[in-house]
Amino acid sequence: MDRIKLNIELYQKAYLVRKSEDTIRKHYMEDEMKTPVHLSVGEEAITSGVIQTIRKEDLIFGTYRNHGIYLARTGETDIFYGELYGKVIGMAKGKAGSMHMFSPESNFLGASAIVATCIPVSVGAAFANKYKNEKKLVFTFFGDGAMEEGAFWESINFAGLKKLPIIFICEDNGLAIHSLINDRQAFKEITEIVEKFGFNVYKSDSTDPEEIYNITIQAIKDYKQNKKPCFLHFKYYRYLEHVGINEDFKFNYRSEEEYKKWLKRDPVDLQRKKLLDLGLKEGEIKKIEEKIDKQIKISIKRAKEAPFPKNEEALCDVLA
Amino acid sequence: MREITYQQALNEAIKQEMQRDENVFVYGLDVSDHKGIFGSTLGLCDEFGCDRCFITPLSEDAMTGVGLGAALCGLRPIHVHQRVDFLVLAMNQLSNMVSNYHYMSGGKVKVPLVIRAVVGRGWGQSAQHSKSMHSIFAHIPGLKVVLPTTPKDAKGLLISSIRDDNPVIFLEHRWLYFTKGEVSEKAEPIPLGTSNVIRKGSDITIVGTSWMNVEALKAAEVLEKHGVSVEVVDPRTIAPLNDDLIIESVKKTGHCIVADNDWIHCGFSGEIASRISESCFNDLKSPVVRLGFAHAPCPTTRPLENEFYPNAINIIRAIEKKLKLDPVDLSGEEFYSWENRFKGPF
Repeated sequence: MDRIKLNIELYQKAYLVRKSEDTIRKHYMEDEMKTPVHLSVGEEAITSGVIQTIRKEDLIFGTYRNHGIYLARTGETDIFYGELYGKVIGMAKGKAGSMHMFSPESNFLGASAIVATCIPVSVGAAFANKYKNEKKLVFTFFGDGAMEEGAFWESINFAGLKKLPIIFICEDNGLAIHSLINDRQAFKEITEIVEKFGFNVYKSDSTDPEEIYNITIQAIKDYKQNKKPCFLHFKYYRYLEHVGINEDFKFNYRSEEEYKKWLKRDPVDLQRKKLLDLGLKEGEIKKIEEKIDKQIKISIKRAKEAPFPKNEEALCDVLA
Repeated sequence: MREITYQQALNEAIKQEMQRDENVFVYGLDVSDHKGIFGSTLGLCDEFGCDRCFITPLSEDAMTGVGLGAALCGLRPIHVHQRVDFLVLAMNQLSNMVSNYHYMSGGKVKVPLVIRAVVGRGWGQSAQHSKSMHSIFAHIPGLKVVLPTTPKDAKGLLISSIRDDNPVIFLEHRWLYFTKGEVSEKAEPIPLGTSNVIRKGSDITIVGTSWMNVEALKAAEVLEKHGVSVEVVDPRTIAPLNDDLIIESVKKTGHCIVADNDWIHCGFSGEIASRISESCFNDLKSPVVRLGFAHAPCPTTRPLENEFYPNAINIIRAIEKKLKLDPVDLSGEEFYSWENRFKGPF
């Protein structure tokens, strides 16, 4: 793909995520979105960069911090806000909420609010693809906390053993709720450990969506070459509290200075500047942004106006 | 019709379903070894290849998630465990993921996953190899729970479970593997959610689960000689539970004993007692009585183990008490015939 076109698409994804999350922050205190939100603000380079590489037929799994994945993958916001508002137009008619966003139409097959529980499921999807001899890849996102769960190690072991077509993406923000990584993990350099399970491994703390994109493209190439599953370890900074819409530096469990350092290379700002460097005019970028702004505004209105599911819906879909 | 064992019935059901649908595969610890889960998975690797019948790491939690992921992508996995107790390690996947997935997707995705697990008993199986846990699984919305008693049910219900678009926990009592019965050579599914009257009678209703139906039938056989007519109803599928035949039977007899292969407290037997109370209150001639495991972990040594499990004699005595009959002489009766046949090490 042409580099300018690629970077425009990366910016569209990153901006859509940032703007959608900011819009949640704006409306959340109206108390109409009654669902705990774990916002993706700060991780836009990872979601946009990785998801830019994913083909239509490939499968995705995520975590409760999934808004970025959903938005970057689908590009749509009507169903997204519909679900957040608990309305019948949501992807699960309001039964899933923020922590369980998914889109079977876009092969985003699920997200879980129990840390690491989607990882084995994604491994099972990769197994199915191999079993059926389909050329699909699975992309499974998780945080640094997941690496302390047994299911993570069980999954790494099985994926390595069976050489499954899967890309693991660790979105490492160094925090499990408010607990710092040094208080939780005995190991350093997870990539060196995972490599021993028969993986291709990569790591970066870049906030540049294009760089994340390039690393992921390399991983996909390597998989095709040697059929080893891949492990991408990406660091980012969580700008906001674990759950909710606010900053929480006043509680002093982490330093605001560190945040300010990361903010200097904010992924959305970085990508915007890159578009200018690549020769786009300010007006052209504004046009991209205004289109997304308008889309979000309309979606919020539609979500607010949409009906709640009927009461009978509570007992539907328990069994197929 | 020809007679085969429960173990052969399970094996035949899986083979026929694997022949019918290439998306069906079997996996779990030891499924392709020389013992083949007490014979139930023998020959699968030879006939269908080891990509469709393979052993796994000892990772019950992740392997359950793998089954869910494979099911979401159109496969029909059969995950096999040599003991139900090992499923405790997979409770996170079962109760947070597998059971919720269809619901949380607003009905958009389906989970055709079968989890077979063996209920152990006898020869010192002890506290960690003897649980049944069906009450716990049945408590969770989104899971189907099946406990076949006869070889015919083992085959027909397993076929239905494999074809079902929901997650099914399929619990097989180890002692039932020896039992023989008439089973069709054809693949004839028995619908999930249907009970079965396995013995007709008019004086009292026994609702039994799994092995306890064998004990109930023995009790009925003994008491018949003394003029007592016992009806035995096997719910077969406890989730979803169709209680029509149970209610119909209790309305007829007015007496009911639930003989459950599980602990009593907060268990399936309480569910049955409650349903009978709701539906048969005016027809009951006596309160519902429950028999089940003693409220303790399962002890190892045989004399204590015998105290732990209810048996045909306990059922006979409970029936006599209910019907206000004098205890019959059991000196000429032979009990525990299956346990005598069961020599371990499993």
